[in-house]
Amino acid sequence: MTATTEKKGPRPERSIGKLRERAAAEGLLDVAYATVDSPFGTLLLARTPRGLVRLGLPNEDAEELLADLAGRISPRVLEAPAGLDEERRELEDYFAGRRHDFELPIDWQLSHGFLLRARQGIAAIPYGETRTYTDLARSAGNERAVRAAGSACSRNPIPLVVPCHRVLRSDGGLGGYAGGLEMKEKLLELERKP
Amino acid sequence: MAELPPFQTLIDEHAAAVMAVLRGAVGREGAEDAFQETFLAALRAYPDLRDAGNLRGWLVTIAHRKAIDHHRARGRAPVPVAAVREEPVFDPDPADGAVWEAVAALPPKQRAAVTLRFASDLPHEEIAEALGCSPAAARRSLHEGLKRLRKEMA
Repeated sequence: MTATTEKKGPRPERSIGKLRERAAAEGLLDVAYATVDSPFGTLLLARTPRGLVRLGLPNEDAEELLADLAGRISPRVLEAPAGLDEERRELEDYFAGRRHDFELPIDWQLSHGFLLRARQGIAAIPYGETRTYTDLARSAGNERAVRAAGSACSRNPIPLVVPCHRVLRSDGGLGGYAGGLEMKEKLLELERKP
Repeated sequence: MAELPPFQTLIDEHAAAVMAVLRGAVGREGAEDAFQETFLAALRAYPDLRDAGNLRGWLVTIAHRKAIDHHRARGRAPVPVAAVREEPVFDPDPADGAVWEAVAALPPKQRAAVTLRFASDLPHEEIAEALGCSPAAARRSLHEGLKRLRKEMA
C-alpha cells in the first residue's frame, strides 16, 4: 500500500450491475447502449427512454459515437446490455430473414425538418422494395432536394431499422452506403429471398 | 457547458478506485451501499458539472461525503474530509482488501489520517487541517495508525 503507485484494479462488476439497475429505476439512464453481433460485424445500439436513437454500423468508431451522443443528447450515457434486449432480438430476427418489419420504438430526436421527413419516408419503404433518391425527395416535400435526400440516407442515425439501404439511384445504380456498398448489396440480396 | 465524456467512462476508469476509497473509509460491508450512493449522486449531478478536468477527484470527493453519511447514520465519528485535494493521485489495489478492512477497524483519528494520506494522497499539513489538529498530531495519528496496521497485518 503506497500512495504513489498507479495500479488498475479489476472493476467491481456486481456493484456496477446493481448501479445500472438503480439508475434505470430512478430515471437517470438518459442513453443506454449495448453491442449486438451481426453477420456484418458488431453493431452498437443506443436508446433513450423514448426508443432507439442511434445504431452504429461495424465501421463506425464506438468511442466517437458515444461521445457524440453525450454531447447531443445527455452525458448520462451508460452501458446496459440487458436494456436493449428487444432491439437485439428484432435485429437478430431480421438478419435471419424471420422479421420483415421492425416494431421497436424509435426516438427521432437526432433528425429535424426535411431530414426527419425523409427518414420517416425511408422507414415506410416496405421490406424487399426499393425507392430512388428522387422518390424520397418528393415524398419529403421537395422533389428537387435530391442531394438532401442523399444525406438523409448517408447520415442516417439509425441504419437498418430505418432502411436507407432500400434507396437507390434513379439509373438503377446502388448509390452509397455508410456501412460500405458490399453491405448494402448483401442486405438487398437478403430481402430478395422469399 | 463543459464537454463531458459519457458517464460510462467514469465507471470504467474510476469504479475500482472509488470502491477502494470506500472500503478504507467505511469497511467492506458498508462500501457496497456507499458505492451505489456515490455513483447515483454523481449521475444525478453530472449534466450540470462545469469542469470535466478532474473527474476522479470529483468522484472521490462525493465518496468521502457518502462515507461521512454512513458514519453519521451509524452514530460513529465521521472521517473529516474538509481538505480533499483537487487532484488525487490514487489507485490502491483492491486485492489489498484485507488492508482496507484493517484500516476501517482503526480508531477514528488514525483511520482518517491513514485514509487521507493513502487514499487521497494528502500531505501532512492538509491532513492536519482536515482533522483540525496540528501537523505534528496528524503525523502522530498516521504513525500510530500505520504501526497498528503493521501489527495487524503481520
